[in-house]
Amino acid sequence: MGDLISAIITVVVAIGGLLALLGGLYWLTSKLPKKWQEGARSWVFLLPTMVALIVGLLIPTIRTIYLSLLDDNGKSFVGLSNFKVIFTTRGTRLTVFNSIVWVALGTTVTVIIGLVVARFADGMRGEKSAKSAIFIPGAISLVGAGIIWKFVYDGPPFEVGMLNSITKSIPGLPASMGGNGDRIWLLERGFAGADPPGSAPGFNTFLLIVIFIWASAGFATVIFSAAIKGVPDELIEAARVDGATDRQAFYKVTLPYIRSTIVTVATIVTIGGLKAFDIVAATTGGRFGTSTIANEFYVTKFVQGRGGLGSALAVLIFVLVIPVVFMNRQAQKRAEEMMGA
Amino acid sequence: MAGVTLNSVNKVYDNGFHAIHDLDLDIQDEEFLVLVGPSGCGKSTALRMVAGLETITSGEMRIGDRVVNDVEPKDRDIAMVFQNYALYPHMSVYDNIGFALKLAKVPKDEIDERVRKAAGILELTSNLDRKPGQLSGGQRQRVAMGRAIVRQPSAFLMDEPLSNLDAKLRVQMRAEIAGLQRQLAVTTLYVTHDQIEAMTMGDRVAVLKDGYLQQVDTPQNLYDRPVNLFVAAFIGSPSMNLCEAQLNGSELRFGSRSVALPDSLFAARPALRGFDGRKVIMGFRPEDLEDAAISGDQDPAHRFSAQVSLVEALGSELMVHFDLDAAPVDSGDPDAVEVIGEHATGVGRFSPRSRVRPGENVEVALDVANMHFFDPDSRLAVWG
Amino acid sequence: MSMVDPTLAPAATEAKTPKRKRPLSTGQATSRSLTSRPGRIIVYCLMFLWTVPTFGILVSSFRPEIDVKTSGWWKWFTDPSITLTNYRRVLSSAPGDDNMAKFFMNSLIITIPAVVLSVGIAMLAAYAFSWMNFKGRDWLFVGVVALLMVPLQMSLIPMLQLFSGGAHIGSVTIFPDLNLVGTYVGVWIAHVAFGLPICIFILKNFVSALPKELIESARIDGAGHVTTFVRLVMPLSVPAIASLGIFQFMWIWNDYLIALIFAGRDKAPVTMKLAQVAGERGNAWHLLTASGMVSMILPIAVFFALQRYFVRGLLAGAVKG
Ligand SMILES: Nc1ncnc2c1ncn2[C@@H]1O[C@H](COP(=O)(O)OP(=O)(O)OP(=O)(O)O)[C@@H](O)[C@H]1O
Ligand SMILES: [Mg+2]
Repeated sequence: MGDLISAIITVVVAIGGLLALLGGLYWLTSKLPKKWQEGARSWVFLLPTMVALIVGLLIPTIRTIYLSLLDDNGKSFVGLSNFKVIFTTRGTRLTVFNSIVWVALGTTVTVIIGLVVARFADGMRGEKSAKSAIFIPGAISLVGAGIIWKFVYDGPPFEVGMLNSITKSIPGLPASMGGNGDRIWLLERGFAGADPPGSAPGFNTFLLIVIFIWASAGFATVIFSAAIKGVPDELIEAARVDGATDRQAFYKVTLPYIRSTIVTVATIVTIGGLKAFDIVAATTGGRFGTSTIANEFYVTKFVQGRGGLGSALAVLIFVLVIPVVFMNRQAQKRAEEMMGA
Repeated sequence: MAGVTLNSVNKVYDNGFHAIHDLDLDIQDEEFLVLVGPSGCGKSTALRMVAGLETITSGEMRIGDRVVNDVEPKDRDIAMVFQNYALYPHMSVYDNIGFALKLAKVPKDEIDERVRKAAGILELTSNLDRKPGQLSGGQRQRVAMGRAIVRQPSAFLMDEPLSNLDAKLRVQMRAEIAGLQRQLAVTTLYVTHDQIEAMTMGDRVAVLKDGYLQQVDTPQNLYDRPVNLFVAAFIGSPSMNLCEAQLNGSELRFGSRSVALPDSLFAARPALRGFDGRKVIMGFRPEDLEDAAISGDQDPAHRFSAQVSLVEALGSELMVHFDLDAAPVDSGDPDAVEVIGEHATGVGRFSPRSRVRPGENVEVALDVANMHFFDPDSRLAVWG
Repeated sequence: MSMVDPTLAPAATEAKTPKRKRPLSTGQATSRSLTSRPGRIIVYCLMFLWTVPTFGILVSSFRPEIDVKTSGWWKWFTDPSITLTNYRRVLSSAPGDDNMAKFFMNSLIITIPAVVLSVGIAMLAAYAFSWMNFKGRDWLFVGVVALLMVPLQMSLIPMLQLFSGGAHIGSVTIFPDLNLVGTYVGVWIAHVAFGLPICIFILKNFVSALPKELIESARIDGAGHVTTFVRLVMPLSVPAIASLGIFQFMWIWNDYLIALIFAGRDKAPVTMKLAQVAGERGNAWHLLTASGMVSMILPIAVFFALQRYFVRGLLAGAVKG
């Protein structure tokens, strides 16, 4: 309780203080010569934003880039060698590889599932509950999602894993696919005889990506559904009159029409995948070859205390986000041109 | 109460666009002045400079005796009515009307009294508790008016306040606003692109084109003696018929047709003699034409024949469109609907007794005394 | 995310313009989507797959420890036994118990002020960017939007250093060592800073779309910026504020990374506690179920209660990166 009360007091003091400060500054602007007043007042409105963004984002970003060029103690300049370490060390290289698989597979499947549900649920009886059901995982924290899926993937000594129970009860299923005995799915990198080397993503990484898809598909569905409903009825009707089947109308009219929305969703999911940390941390903690760049960043810096390498991993995420954003812009432009034509 | 004076006011927007050129305008105390012109000519810009919503690039603006170039809108003692009314959607009608007074810290009971009085004048009393969203278009318009009059400003500024209303309501509100303005006797600057509104409402009308003031005068003078081609074509509906003509002595030849001009006409426009043997632009209003078969004017020298292309029967009159073979004239009105073709066309406003049919040839009697002439180079009217 | 600009624009407009109601009359529906049978089956399958895992831990959370550990949750249907012991255990503050109630409270203490502050500050900025005139306004806004691209990870390390040691150049202290790590204040500041770009972006879209005449009218009526902001822009932006607020609420409530780095064990939110229970007491499956439920009950409830607003916020901002 004491905690709560002190928190409330802090909040009231903080917000009150902030308002008083801004109010005071605003009042002071009326003492300025007229032509500077408007400008000065704008800066009063922007003051908290600017402080927060400069202190919390801008300077840290620059500093992280700087730190990524130093050694792990932040003492001496080492150039790009931290980045070299990332790509030459087996463990971190796998991490990068895993992240790419996360992004490629996670995004593709999420977008497809989003489109499928948005399309087939549109106008269906129970449309709302269908969309809610798909969406709920999106309201749950990714940590929670990880826990939920532990109850799917885990195995002996406890009888909690759903997947394990299913596979082991399928007669004739080879052991490498979970048949004929117990299997702790997240620990096993191989599947059905395929045994990925230590430098390649294992099957357990795919299982983690399933969690990511499960958590993001609702978002894609909601956006696509709104976009599909935004396609003018006349357009679909015209296509139907021209003899298009339902399916053709969807592929030839609806999909091109919502193309820019698809690109947006893909971009956002991609960026989400690159930053994926929570799911990995809450399930395997990055062990058994499942780590991603974001997870590796956390472990490297905050568990192992290696500042230089950690910063370099953060910069790597940033560097990977940038082309995604620019590709999105390009695709967006093309979509616009098409709509304009 | 005060007049509003603009002294060679200019407006250059940040992007370098010169929207208003050396505008001189003198709105008398208690006068209703309408600023009219085609879309994009700078009417709103001019009005917004008076309101203080746009800075004045150069020149001087006075309200009453005070130079207001650098005065904040709220301190200019003006009230403004916007085209879309700009009612505060989350406030009741009462609060909308009283908002300015509240901000000016007027005592509560005085606000109440003034709001109720304004509402009474505008017949809004029973709607005071409603939100703007629950009102009809006409009622919203009234609330916007109420917000203006409650402040008892020294000038009203209105930017196309009727253009969001349907045609019938527009006619009714037109009369109401004009009546209200006379009753309150507040200097008013009213912007519209509708020349009928301009003619019916204004004490005087100022015509603007491309940021240049063309003419300021009473509606009747504007109609009777437009100073240039643009004003001539812009004022009046349907527009004045215009075509190129050749003056030879007293014979005015346009295309293959001609009419004879009487001496009295030259007497009223001495400068016209100077165009003898030269090209001149002739203009005649549709109401100065009549089917010769039923016209009172039997003088064959005032007639010409034309092929009828279209007849619009309006009940009280016939709009008869016909083709001429004279060269057409571009009046410079960007909003004009007619496409300028190879030949000029004309419209006559005939009595419904006329029996003309499309495709027929008709003898048209022209009231030559009311004709207009323009210099083809300067495009100014020929009076002198 | 500079992508945001053109990309999210369609979504943003969609959120604002009320959708045409499509009549459900069969005539209309056939022309569009009387969903085909295979289509419906696919949707039902996905619905099932998407719900089962959550349903599983919901059921498990009410099963006795021994049942949870020795048989799958679906066995509950044949052997239904219900207990609240798991919940009692996770919520109790007895030594050795998880005291989820406390962490639930921590989550609230972290989330509510962070939401209020980020939305409030963003609202001020959105107003300035939309309706105030100052040099470099458009450039500054582009800069703020560009910060959307910066992943959280980029600022964590320097911010932690700042919070735990201040900032110094040589012997000059530019930022005092406030020792903010492990305090609510530190977590609030982090959430506000990281959330601001998206909040400003969404609110600016909305606020700048308010009719210009309304703002001008207020100016003529004698309102200064403060009055216009408080009396006009804030009330008119309630729909945007509400949807963004819910959206922010979910995001901050569900955050793990920021909490992990800035909150410390004592001020940890439920997500962090949940991850900790999972990590440290990996065998306590029965407690994990109840802890999980405690951590997600509020966002799910908020989602169902305020679905409309939440989805609108989602459409307007299409989720932060
Ligand atoms: N903020 C601005 N920056 C640059 N040019 C502008 C701006 N506002 C208006 N203009 C230009 O100035 C000219 C006059 O605009 P204004 O709005 O005054 O026209 P208007 O006569 O009111 O037209 P309408 O009848 O369509 O309302 C137009 O060509 C317009 O494009
Ligand atoms: Mg205008």
